Amino acid sequence: MSVTRATHRVWRLGADIDTDLLAPGHAMKHGIDVIAKHCLEAIRPDFASGVAPGDVLVAGPNFGIGSSREQAAAVLVQLGVAAVIAPSYSGLYFRNAFNVGLLLLTCAEAETLSEGDQIALDTGSPEIVAPGARRLACEPVPGFLMDMVRAGGLLNQLRQRAARTAFTKAPDA
Amino acid sequence: MSPSAATRMPSRTAPQTLAQKLIARASGRAHVAVGEIVTCGVDLAMFHDSSGPRRLKPMLEELGAQIWDRSRIVLVMDHYVPERDDDSRRIVRIARDWARDQQLPHVYDSQGICHVVVPQHGHIRPGMLCVGGDSHSPTGGAFGAYMFGVGSTEMLGVVVTGEIWLRVPETIRMWWDGALPAGVTAKDMMLHMIGRFGMNGGRYQAVEFAGPAVAALSMQERMTLSNMSAELGAQAGLIAPDETTAAFLEGAGAPRADMARWFTDEDADFTRHRFDAAMLEPHIAAPHSPANSHGVSRYAGTRVDVAYIGACTGAKLDDLRAAAQVLRGHKVAPGIRLIVAPASIQDQEQARAEGVLQALMDAGAELFPTACGACSGYGDPMGDDITVISTTARNFKGRMGSPTAQVYLGSPYTVAAAALRGRVTDPREVLA
Repeated sequence: MSVTRATHRVWRLGADIDTDLLAPGHAMKHGIDVIAKHCLEAIRPDFASGVAPGDVLVAGPNFGIGSSREQAAAVLVQLGVAAVIAPSYSGLYFRNAFNVGLLLLTCAEAETLSEGDQIALDTGSPEIVAPGARRLACEPVPGFLMDMVRAGGLLNQLRQRAARTAFTKAPDA
Repeated sequence: MSPSAATRMPSRTAPQTLAQKLIARASGRAHVAVGEIVTCGVDLAMFHDSSGPRRLKPMLEELGAQIWDRSRIVLVMDHYVPERDDDSRRIVRIARDWARDQQLPHVYDSQGICHVVVPQHGHIRPGMLCVGGDSHSPTGGAFGAYMFGVGSTEMLGVVVTGEIWLRVPETIRMWWDGALPAGVTAKDMMLHMIGRFGMNGGRYQAVEFAGPAVAALSMQERMTLSNMSAELGAQAGLIAPDETTAAFLEGAGAPRADMARWFTDEDADFTRHRFDAAMLEPHIAAPHSPANSHGVSRYAGTRVDVAYIGACTGAKLDDLRAAAQVLRGHKVAPGIRLIVAPASIQDQEQARAEGVLQALMDAGAELFPTACGACSGYGDPMGDDITVISTTARNFKGRMGSPTAQVYLGSPYTVAAAALRGRVTDPREVLA
């Protein structure tokens, strides 16, 4: 029912992909469109120019370790990446990703996927449908975070809220 | 629960960890359970020129939203200062203009790095729940506050609503027995723990540092532990407040805080790890991960080109004092660049008054601005193919500017000893 019709092409990365690889410090003074051109340049120089909308990143454990810079998640949204699939994430990166509307799936078997695989995502379960109809279970994503991704991130949710009611100053805590 | 168990229930609430107590207070509850998702009121929101105004201002304007409480915001210009090009001038100007337009009461412009400057002005106190727009925000945990890093969009949510969600974390307690030997520091403790547990060993839970060796640490050394909780993958790095905390806060001009309630109940549920400080040797993390950490002897003799003493992690007053203890009366080895970028103006001026700065300059140090600088590859990046030994927190590939640079991490003693000899050296060999 919530299986994506499109298949997604896998870009396969290793473990410990850090935020400096995703959004290099030297590019951080620029806007997201420029930072995106440098995404993963130190380990996959073919990525930023070769990635197509709907592709997914599949990585080893500890994806997104390092800095709080949310550009490290926003670059993947900018490049049209549909989701990241890994066995574990930096907690800070996990929050940032959902806040900018990037779906992260935590999948113990992520590393059984290979470069170039075509996969489908069932965001309801959530599950990954791998080649040969092999189904890989993912950890549940809390409902409010799925809502955030569907809305395109926290900023969009705040926009919707602002449209409903003007923000007022909260009473002193 | 059986009736007999109920009659034995103590009148106080169930035992809780320090993390649970802090989150319970912030969420207006008597008790929170591990794994619960709760909404907390934010006591302090800190951000800097890179993560703050340049991202927040346009989003706030678009929403037509106001800051929920200006008195709870602290803005620090530390990443793109001093300005070097049109881009950094533009970013810092946005921060300065916004601070003025919003009439922010707490702004520290070019005074040093946020994680050091904000506590030095007494903003972070026991019992608070704080967020920072920077991954090293767990530094605030050294004061018995629950402090963690968030990205700019999440910070926007805080700035507009004054609230943030949290999953109540498990607590992983790192208990350090014994006393650190001379020349061994909090940085070595952290490199040891990160080497053992890995960069996600903290699993985004709360790590708590305790035991006699932690109690004996100065406030700034405790800040180094909490600071590098980020590299341990913890959400927060807590230390229960005590007399050392109280004395630091009094010196910082902070109002007196209730400290007695902020500790972990011994009968609370948490994971326990024990270490012996007396057995710890100086540690080095080799390229390209803080978790690639071993005793200094493994890398002894490795040639270095640049020794960097900088960052919130490694250039506070106590770090500068440690480096000076190694270098006083000596010169750095020929061909070695020793760069010192103090973590705050306050620390730099105290180091100057104590003769610590002069000892470093006499040894051949170049004094760099009190800013994040080379640590994050902003400012003045390191060149290609060079070997750097650094007091900073991260040695990811390309972090300091060049993907071909080899960056080793060590304590200020270890970095100073490498500057002296031109190669990785156990600092205990050169400490008289």
